[in-house]
Amino acid sequence: MVVDVTWQGARVGAQDAAERANALRKLRLADVLFHAVTRSAAIFVLLLLGGVMVALLLGALPALTTFGFDFVTTQSWNPVTEKFGALAPIYGTLVTSLIAMAVAVPFGLLIAMFLTELCPMWARRPIGIAIELLAGIPSIIYGIWGLFVLAPFLQQYVQPALIATFGEVPVLSSLFAGPPYGIGVLTAGLILAIMVLPFITSISRDVFDAVPPVLKEAAYGLGCSTWEVMRHVVLPYTRVGVIGGVMLGLGRALGETMAVTFVIGNAHKISSSLLAPGTTISATIANEFTEAVGDLYTSSLIALGLILFVITFIVLAIARYLLLRIERKAG
Amino acid sequence: MDAAIHNARRRRNALATAAAFCATGIGLAGLAMILIVLFWEGFSGLSLAVFTEMTPPPGSAGGLLNAIVGSILMTVIAIAIGTPVGMLAGTYMAEYGRHEKLSSVVRFINDILLSAPSIVIGLFVYEVMVVPMGHFSGIAGAVALAVIVIPVVVRTTEDMLMLVPNTLREAAASIGLPRALMIRHIAYRAARSGIITGILLAIARISGETAPLLFTALNNQFYSHNLNAPMSSLPVVIFQFALSPYEDWQKLAWTGALIVTVSVLALSIVARALTATRKAS
Repeated sequence: MVVDVTWQGARVGAQDAAERANALRKLRLADVLFHAVTRSAAIFVLLLLGGVMVALLLGALPALTTFGFDFVTTQSWNPVTEKFGALAPIYGTLVTSLIAMAVAVPFGLLIAMFLTELCPMWARRPIGIAIELLAGIPSIIYGIWGLFVLAPFLQQYVQPALIATFGEVPVLSSLFAGPPYGIGVLTAGLILAIMVLPFITSISRDVFDAVPPVLKEAAYGLGCSTWEVMRHVVLPYTRVGVIGGVMLGLGRALGETMAVTFVIGNAHKISSSLLAPGTTISATIANEFTEAVGDLYTSSLIALGLILFVITFIVLAIARYLLLRIERKAG
Repeated sequence: MDAAIHNARRRRNALATAAAFCATGIGLAGLAMILIVLFWEGFSGLSLAVFTEMTPPPGSAGGLLNAIVGSILMTVIAIAIGTPVGMLAGTYMAEYGRHEKLSSVVRFINDILLSAPSIVIGLFVYEVMVVPMGHFSGIAGAVALAVIVIPVVVRTTEDMLMLVPNTLREAAASIGLPRALMIRHIAYRAARSGIITGILLAIARISGETAPLLFTALNNQFYSHNLNAPMSSLPVVIFQFALSPYEDWQKLAWTGALIVTVSVLALSIVARALTATRKAS
């Protein structure tokens, strides 16, 4: 509309100069205004992250001042005596994520290798799309499946076998001790692994695809086998990107709530056995927050959230930094 | 000697190749199994009552109507809040501030928000909305979801605007079009299907989110579209019902899970089709 006015103004010549100047002023004003609005929206995104930080800090303050540094080093979690220590959830978060990574990273890399080097061309796109779609499935679906399918399966078949096999072996026997509950740290780690697998696979495939074909063809031309090309050409070239992708997956695993809450068992204690129930930071918050009575209890749970946020922030920041480096190299 | 090395290399390669085949097989089979169980359990509980009746008390039949309505309501509001903010921020980063320091800082922070644990977002909204208001509410749940929508939309808007060829911008500038109008009439139009894809993906992302709703919208056993009161949502009902000892509830949880998954998959497929046709044309 406004453009039309200036257009016609131009066509008619200097007939209505005042009107034209007026229209131009309006246009300039609209431009300045739009610039300001978009800029403030961008700043708002920054403030959002700052707001999350500040809100969590303020909420966690009572717990942090009461318990001090002991909060992260003690294990007791007792709502009755109002004694709270975050060691058990922190331990659970780290161990479940570690199990998830130990399973998902080799699997993800092998699948990415399959997709980029071995898979026939016609099947690459459908499998790739299927994996990307699976990455979008909400975590609660994985959780409900873990509770009703994976946990009973592990309890009936896998865990008794683990106990029987490693029962006599030193060190390992304590890792696989106790009755097979089905739910527990190991089950939670495996569910996380299944959940993170699509992420790691699709990122690894993307970075593998970014390797210049010349490099691979040169290696194949020298007579290298597929594995040697992967091991000595593709992996060294994409190392940074792969680590970035793994860290991104780790960030997801650390913060994942629903998939874990279903199968972890919510027990505030650290046990050496992977078969025993435990808890993670996010599962503790999800299970207890709405039932928490008393300011100190609520504040302790928010402090847990703060710790989780700080851990994932660091992991994700490193991941993004590494992936950014790859992008710069590529483009 | 040479033959030994040759054989060892071949063996190693065969082993690695076999491992890659197995990993793909196991991975795809595992993920397929999740979907099969979900469809099996979900369809066996699917009936008209699921869409017309309220969530039942334990031990009686019912549906998920209040949860479905709550989920849709909160998703719509979250998109209505999150999309404009996200689009404007993305516009700044791709158009006005493409080479500014602010843009790269926002991009970095936005990427972190994109994969920040959603339960932390729930705690944040609890602190800034539920505590001051004094009670749980549907609007707090919608705001929590909006905080998750924003980074998704920022990211796709920026990416899609970056793909718009600069010649279009220059052509617009050469006929005297101011930047604001160029963005609205040229850049947005060229990037439209991409931006819509981003919004669809954002809807898919939040329609399964449970953690941020647990202590913002809470839950509500009855039908309610009062945004100022606790509101039911599909994911939270699934969570509550699946962990309950009652068989009816567990069945409804599976059905709810099926509804959520099918809608998420449908949204992602539509989003994918949109970008695919765009590339083709």
